[in-house]
Amino acid sequence: MKSHVLRPLFAFLGIVALILLARLVLVPKDFGAYDRGYMYSWHRLGNEEDWKNVKVKYQGKEYCKDCHTDKYDSIAKTPHKIIQCENCHGPAIDHPSDPPKLAIDKSRGQCLRCHYPLPYPSSGRALIKGIDPDKHNPDTECSSCHNPHNPMEGLR
Amino acid sequence: MITRRNFLKNTVTGIAALSLPLAAFEIVDPKKLMASEAKNPSKVRWVFLIDTYKCTGCGFCVKACKLENEVPYDTNVTRTWVERYVITKDGVNHADTPDNGGRDGFTTARMNRGMGKFEEIKKEDIDKAFFVPKLCNQCENPPCVQVCPVGATYQAPDGVVLVDRTWCIGCGYCIMGCPYGVRFFHPVHHTAEKCNFCYHRITKGLKTACVDACPFGARRIGNLRDPNDPVTKIIMTERVGVLKEEYGTKPQAFYLGLDREVK
Repeated sequence: MKSHVLRPLFAFLGIVALILLARLVLVPKDFGAYDRGYMYSWHRLGNEEDWKNVKVKYQGKEYCKDCHTDKYDSIAKTPHKIIQCENCHGPAIDHPSDPPKLAIDKSRGQCLRCHYPLPYPSSGRALIKGIDPDKHNPDTECSSCHNPHNPMEGLR
Repeated sequence: MITRRNFLKNTVTGIAALSLPLAAFEIVDPKKLMASEAKNPSKVRWVFLIDTYKCTGCGFCVKACKLENEVPYDTNVTRTWVERYVITKDGVNHADTPDNGGRDGFTTARMNRGMGKFEEIKKEDIDKAFFVPKLCNQCENPPCVQVCPVGATYQAPDGVVLVDRTWCIGCGYCIMGCPYGVRFFHPVHHTAEKCNFCYHRITKGLKTACVDACPFGARRIGNLRDPNDPVTKIIMTERVGVLKEEYGTKPQAFYLGLDREVK
């Protein structure tokens, strides 16, 4: 009489104990509700560090300055000075060790990002001079006539 | 015995005592005061400022974001994208975004109508047209975080909403919950993915990849807790708008020149 009533109870308690034990093992120690409580900051604290440790790939033009001084100085005198080196040359990452060479985007599309004429009023795009890519030397790379670091050099 | 002098004296003190508010008797506990101030001890609150007048739709921000944050380059998912709004004289809003989110910029006047369809709009018909970059708003009350059943997405003390890739179960509630549609599944990690203001860069004192890549200064990042931050000064003193204010999410990406057509 006694045992068959209590047996399911023991089984139930056993399952609860098992779940609690599994939780103890599986849930990281730093998991909890922080500054803003369960609704907004219930998380594993270590993940904040994980995100901080992601590798930086875009280094900015000051990173290029010391070795490529000539290019850095020449573009600084033209309207293209507002464009970061890495926008065309690709992310430096750990250049020159890794990667030793950067792949330059010389496509016409790269120039048309800004120089396809879209005369949109109240948009900055309307202020940039554009060309019709179907009429302005199609099938030719822009950089075969225009030096991207000084686009109108020798052409005026 | 009650004298007239005593009676008047007691009456005056009695009335004075009655007129004191109850709060005057409360003992101020400095620790409690400190605690209420320390509710958010962070000295940083990252915010974003987008100037839609300056944006030219070149898409360098999208390109830089994808490469910096290792979002597969040739997939159509992206943490940030650029929208184009063209409003014609008949009052119709023709908004579009290239399928790749504007990664290669806007190099045609044709509008993308989806499913491989395009629309030509005559120059003369345009009333106003402009570009609007979009990214995560890092809401003060992020609905995407509220719906996460496992605590995989959360708000960091500096306001940025992050996703724990080791903890995300891929249920997709957050993707449904975000009113701005900034979340998606990462094609490689198969977990929820979103813009995190380049957390690895801003915590090192750098700017986000998109801010650095923007040649026109249309994108800026700042710290709202620093009154001398130029971005904070603009947000505090100029006319800025936010997206979908009516949802109560308190978005922290502020826009200059926001039009009512922008959704």
